[in-house]
Amino acid sequence: MSHYPTPPADQAPSQAARRRADRQSRRRDDGTARVTLTVNGETRDVVFESYKTLLEVLREDLQLTGTKHGCELGECGACAVILNGRPVLSCLVLGVQCDAAAVLTIEGVASGPDLHPIQAKIADLGGAQCGYCTPGIVLTARHLLEHNPAPSRAEIAEVLSGNLCRCTGYLQIFEAVEAAAAEMRAPAVSA
Amino acid sequence: MSVGGKTQPPGAVIGRARRRVDGRAKVTGQTLFADDIMLPRMLVARMLRSTVPHARIVSIGTSRAEAAPGVKLVLTGADFPIAYGIMPVSQDEHALCRDKVRHVGDPVAAVVATSEWAAAEALRLIDVVYEPLATIHSSEEALRNGEARIHEYGEGGNIHRLAHFEFGDVETAFAREAHKVYDDLFFFEGNTHLPLEQHAALAALDKDGRLTLWSSTQTPHYVHRELARALDMPAHRVRVIATPNGGAFGGKSDPFNHEIVVARAALLTGRPVKITLTREEVFYCHRGRHPVLMRLKTGVKRDGTIVGMDLETLLDGGAYGSYGPASTLYTGQLQTVTYHVPRYRFRACRTFTNKPACGPKRGHGTPQPRFAQEVQLDKIATDLGIDPAELRLRQIAPADSITANWMRIGTIGLKECIEAVVAGSDWRARRGQLGFGRGLGLACSSYLTGAGLPIYWNEMPHSGVQLQLDRSGRVTAFCGATEIGQGSDDVLAAIVAEVLGIGAGDVRLVTGDTDLTPVDLGSYSSRVTLMMGNAAIQAAERAKTMLRAAVSAKLGVPEERIAFAQRRVFDVENPDAGVDFAEAVVLAEGTQGTIGTTGSYTPPKSPGRYRGAGVGPSAAYSYSAAVVEVRVDPDTGWITVPKVWIGHDIGRILNPVLARGQVEGGVYMGLGEALMEEQIFRRLPHQLSGALVHKIPSMLEYKSITSLEMPEVETTFIEDADPNGPFGAKEVGQGPLLPIMPAVANAVFDAVGVRIDQVPITPEAVLKALGEKAKGRPARVGPQRFPDVPWPEPLVVPPPWEGGDGRAINQKRRTGTTATEATAPVAPRTAHHAPSP
Repeated sequence: MSHYPTPPADQAPSQAARRRADRQSRRRDDGTARVTLTVNGETRDVVFESYKTLLEVLREDLQLTGTKHGCELGECGACAVILNGRPVLSCLVLGVQCDAAAVLTIEGVASGPDLHPIQAKIADLGGAQCGYCTPGIVLTARHLLEHNPAPSRAEIAEVLSGNLCRCTGYLQIFEAVEAAAAEMRAPAVSA
Repeated sequence: MSVGGKTQPPGAVIGRARRRVDGRAKVTGQTLFADDIMLPRMLVARMLRSTVPHARIVSIGTSRAEAAPGVKLVLTGADFPIAYGIMPVSQDEHALCRDKVRHVGDPVAAVVATSEWAAAEALRLIDVVYEPLATIHSSEEALRNGEARIHEYGEGGNIHRLAHFEFGDVETAFAREAHKVYDDLFFFEGNTHLPLEQHAALAALDKDGRLTLWSSTQTPHYVHRELARALDMPAHRVRVIATPNGGAFGGKSDPFNHEIVVARAALLTGRPVKITLTREEVFYCHRGRHPVLMRLKTGVKRDGTIVGMDLETLLDGGAYGSYGPASTLYTGQLQTVTYHVPRYRFRACRTFTNKPACGPKRGHGTPQPRFAQEVQLDKIATDLGIDPAELRLRQIAPADSITANWMRIGTIGLKECIEAVVAGSDWRARRGQLGFGRGLGLACSSYLTGAGLPIYWNEMPHSGVQLQLDRSGRVTAFCGATEIGQGSDDVLAAIVAEVLGIGAGDVRLVTGDTDLTPVDLGSYSSRVTLMMGNAAIQAAERAKTMLRAAVSAKLGVPEERIAFAQRRVFDVENPDAGVDFAEAVVLAEGTQGTIGTTGSYTPPKSPGRYRGAGVGPSAAYSYSAAVVEVRVDPDTGWITVPKVWIGHDIGRILNPVLARGQVEGGVYMGLGEALMEEQIFRRLPHQLSGALVHKIPSMLEYKSITSLEMPEVETTFIEDADPNGPFGAKEVGQGPLLPIMPAVANAVFDAVGVRIDQVPITPEAVLKALGEKAKGRPARVGPQRFPDVPWPEPLVVPPPWEGGDGRAINQKRRTGTTATEATAPVAPRTAHHAPSP
């Protein structure tokens, strides 16, 4: 059901990085693990109970609560983040799998105070009602537009089919993604 | 989206498409939902839930759990002696079960520990011994089996509520005036809200030892009351903060056991305690759509106009009362509001069963009988050879009238709604003409703009708004209303801004906090825009009066010449003479002192004065009409919906972006209910336990519409400002859902000629009906019988046109009616009813 495309090779971690990660991944004797994560461009060492998912590490150990949980079983898409350039459901990834990984969460999408066009259009055009599914949708749509700057309505619907929204009926989300795509394609206007 | 009716020009804020005031927070992930709040030294609670559907609790052993690593506290029913419940007449819950469990998932113990993991591990160490009782799995079974009783109160046996009303003599109307009487059975399966956010609650003691509860609730005021009751604490020592809800749809309207558990745990440990339900537990909380079996008899004249209607409903209430007394009456009390029904008999019965309690879901009790009514009208139209749209247009309830059951109707834009969807869908040319497998169906509806009475009897306002202004130009609006995604905060800011001539983003908001905000009863019954909105207008007008006086004196012009716009307060005849808004506050503060105002709203009294008249009245009713197009694959029964046209009588649009979102969200949820959503149960095999368990307590298996199934929706708003609404606005959050399910059923009939008299309309049902049709049998799938119900004597209430005064002629005179009193047992009756097992 979810549509999370495979990562382009150049964005996946290199074999060397994986080996390094394997060596360094510390499942420690006290039941905790230690990994080095680059989250939204900042590299952090995190120590956490080794059973935790990436979702739990982000929310509980890094206080990045913008990433949501709706089911913890990979059914709803609320926890989608970008892991090494690839959209993943963070409730289905263990924290210990993420050593040396780069993670983008909703907190890292805006540029300083300026909203990403997808964020701005979702806010303007009714793409968020309760806002609970919104972080996952922003990240998934952002990934789509990075790889397909002019998606059709059907392509948008396909890519978002793993992100459940109970409020909007999806149509205003589609329109927001289309409007953001159009804005991102438009040549920059100089003053 | 288009707008028809008596469209009004937008104000500076009202009526303009705008980013909602909380839009930025939502797209940046900064909205703090309940589970996003983390406090130092916070503990985590988990609840142990019953594995059996109905049993006495023989013993609960907690010593092993108490000794487990990280465990700080183990609670059981013994810690919760006081019963609570949302309605005064259904105080039948304990935070943890004391003597017995009533459904799989009923909580029996809670562990509070240093981590969720530790709490979950310790749950396994609690030993519960159950003594199983007979399980009641359906309304029919509840009627047949008075034993074992699920509750010791109600109407005897496993009947929770009974109601019987006669608004005029339906039988005589059928016999003397009807050309034909149609008699149909319908069944609406239960379904659940499925909010994306799982319920979460966090309790903590503040530095002064007072209790604070943050919770994803739609009704902080009612939670406040029930928390104080269940914990036996003075309410002023308790603070409830409703965090923004990540979707609710009615499912977060009850006071919940987990809220009371973490509150007690915080009081006992002195530390913050949080609980976040798993998705499976959310299915056990439920309080969703009641499964309802209906028998609907309608007598019509040759031209299809209704002479009388006779409705029986049988609700499967699940294991607790919840809003059930109101839900019971909602399965009939709004049946008279769409079309003129001169005589009406309504009988309703709610049963207890061993399943999670049902309660209010978007449309609360009304979608089920509305489905019956609108599908039956389609059958009548077909039988009489009348266009279904024409049949409805002939008998729309008159504006500014009182219905047979004493509901006062104000504005009605239903005619315009029907005309809009008929024109949009090219109904007259395309219905019946799309070929086998394709079809169009039409249905209508009406809905409350706020319940006319509160949950508990009181004379106080339903909504209060307080404004505070200071010399910086700051305007802060305080209101107990709760943001559940529908845009409650945006409505509050927009209305205050419109009145004061400032921007919506200029208004700071403090909402849903029982320590800081005036009471608003909550985000339910589509009440917030109308009630909070009217209170906000009053508060803002009062502030405006204070500023106007100060600026008038400063400028030396009469007060009536002072205008508020574009963040300025100025002389309309000489707009350059004026001050900016902050300066106006400075002037007012200088002359009148600290600037603060309040506004209040109480809905108008209803003309109905019989017991039961408290459910259904509203300050205004919204109206909707929808045409749904379907494609039905005759080989698989699979239904796809390419397009929906919907017209909604909204009175006045406050923010077109949000209004459209509510309509499309309603269409979306209606299609889910029509085609796939169901909260269903099955018995485990006896070798496992024989327990009655939820069939699909997961998001994957509880099917809902995804982005791939969502059709195109063409929305037309009909504007005809309602005098009771703020700027003329009526509700939009619930009404547009209601016509969708019957419109789908009617479209399936148009497509393949079969009647599916039940919801959801599954491929299996369509295939079965097509099979029946091929064999020359009635091409219908639906319920076959309505069981015997021990109906009480009727409450006889003559309609207005038969000289009634809103009272029952066989009921003792009473003073005042409340929603709860109104739903009290309907008439004296003999004991009892339920046949012995």
